[in-house]
Amino acid sequence: MRQGARLYAAVAAGGFRRYATYATATAAGVFTNTVFGFIVAYTYIALWDERPGLGGYDQAQALTFVWVSQSLLAAAALIGGGFQEEFQERVRTGDIAVDLYRPVDLQGWWLAADLGRAAFQLLGRGVLPLVAGALVFPLALPTDVTRWSLFLVSVFLGLVVSFAIRYLLGLAAFWLMDGAGINMMATVVMIFFSGVLLPLTVFPGELGAVVRVLPWAAVLQTPLDVLLGTHEGAGTALPALGFQAGWALLLLGVGRLAQAAATRKVVVQGG
Amino acid sequence: MPDGGPAGRGGRLWDGLRGYGLIVAMWIRATMTYRTSFLLATVGNAAITLLDFVGIYLMFAHVDALGGFTLPEIALLYGSCSASLGLADLVLGNTHRVGARIRDGSLDTMLVRPVPVLAQVAADRFALRRLGRTVQGLGVLGWAVVALDVDWTLGKALLVPVMVLAGAGIFGAVLVAGAAFQFLAGDAAEVQNSFTYGGCTMLQYPPTVFAKDLVRGVTFIVPLAFVNWVPALHVLGRPDPLGLPGWAAYLSPLVALVVFLPASLAWRAGVRSYRSTGS
Repeated sequence: MRQGARLYAAVAAGGFRRYATYATATAAGVFTNTVFGFIVAYTYIALWDERPGLGGYDQAQALTFVWVSQSLLAAAALIGGGFQEEFQERVRTGDIAVDLYRPVDLQGWWLAADLGRAAFQLLGRGVLPLVAGALVFPLALPTDVTRWSLFLVSVFLGLVVSFAIRYLLGLAAFWLMDGAGINMMATVVMIFFSGVLLPLTVFPGELGAVVRVLPWAAVLQTPLDVLLGTHEGAGTALPALGFQAGWALLLLGVGRLAQAAATRKVVVQGG
Repeated sequence: MPDGGPAGRGGRLWDGLRGYGLIVAMWIRATMTYRTSFLLATVGNAAITLLDFVGIYLMFAHVDALGGFTLPEIALLYGSCSASLGLADLVLGNTHRVGARIRDGSLDTMLVRPVPVLAQVAADRFALRRLGRTVQGLGVLGWAVVALDVDWTLGKALLVPVMVLAGAGIFGAVLVAGAAFQFLAGDAAEVQNSFTYGGCTMLQYPPTVFAKDLVRGVTFIVPLAFVNWVPALHVLGRPDPLGLPGWAAYLSPLVALVVFLPASLAWRAGVRSYRSTGS
């Protein structure tokens, strides 16, 4: 058991270090996230000037939504990136057989590696854009430690849900061979249903009610609501965290079933 | 490097275009091997970019105007800029891969082939699916032209296609400059996304939404305003926020030519400074 934990920690550390080597890429990413943050922030100011209180947020909360979204963009692989392209490539070339041969669970291995990557990108690409945003715009960032801790738990759960969704995309390569098309469609869905495009509370009527209970909401909208405190009332943020944990368990479970079906398909060719 | 061949400069341009065409044809054939995946990717490419407009549409479920502009007016900005970026991205988008080629040393093989490096880099892994963005941009633009309440003169009507093509030229120059920057900065390909995708996100909205200094920056420093803001404001009969004269609306093709000069010089300097990583 302890050995298992040590192994996964080592895999996660490897994922962290691997992305930490790309210093200029990280700097370029920080620059890009900051530029986008500025552009979107101005459009939100125009929107909230017209409609104060839209989606249950005041202008400072809406701006916080913008900048925290930019900070989570790379970590949660909201507009693509992450591990599934590499996973699909290993399926295509047959290298996946080597991964299956390892005395470690396939899903656990990739989850650890992806969390390591996400941890680096949260620090490397997340902090600076948020600081830049906070210096220029009035943000509604909380000042108490509890709220920030709950937010970090919520971010962690969001990262796991994001991984679970993308693991299914990775496994799809066992049937489709080429993942470019399905990855593109999945990115479309992620951008629309997670809150990257617009906070899900701004989506009108029935559409809004539906998008707020789908798993993509757990990736971005929920962590932001936990941070902004809009989930207050009925026992702090627990329902929100429960919502995320439920989707995480369900999707990881589906991933295990799909993985079992996929590995039955593998034919190892000798050489 | 001498300007190749007995035909001189003109011949070199022809070699470049011919080489570009051959490599592009090869990649299209390769893409068609996985036809379903190609269709999914093209539809996905159109859908992913159309989503930006859906976002704007959802905003207009709550408001009548944004920055003083109506939905059809914003659709004109959105459609033109999306079509321009789509075209530039289709033709020159893969120049961003030059960083990866520098790192793994495979740029060396390109240097010895009798086709200009820029043509090879631009055609590298040519992605026909990027037509998706152009098509949806033109779709929204078409809707805007019909829905707008504009007193169309010949000049204004001609300005719309000119704006799309010149805009593609300006974005193309940004892509070439971004590729040249990678000789200097290594794996910083993402910086150019700020100017292309970021620029287009900005140009979807009217200039009245943004701080004046930001508008000045994208007019006089990186002249993205000429992609669509300056001509589109003229079409819409709205005053330019920086007080540019009316004839400035027709300057976009000239601006595209002017910005290509430093971009191509930067590219040539980049190729000349290239030192192989060896193996």
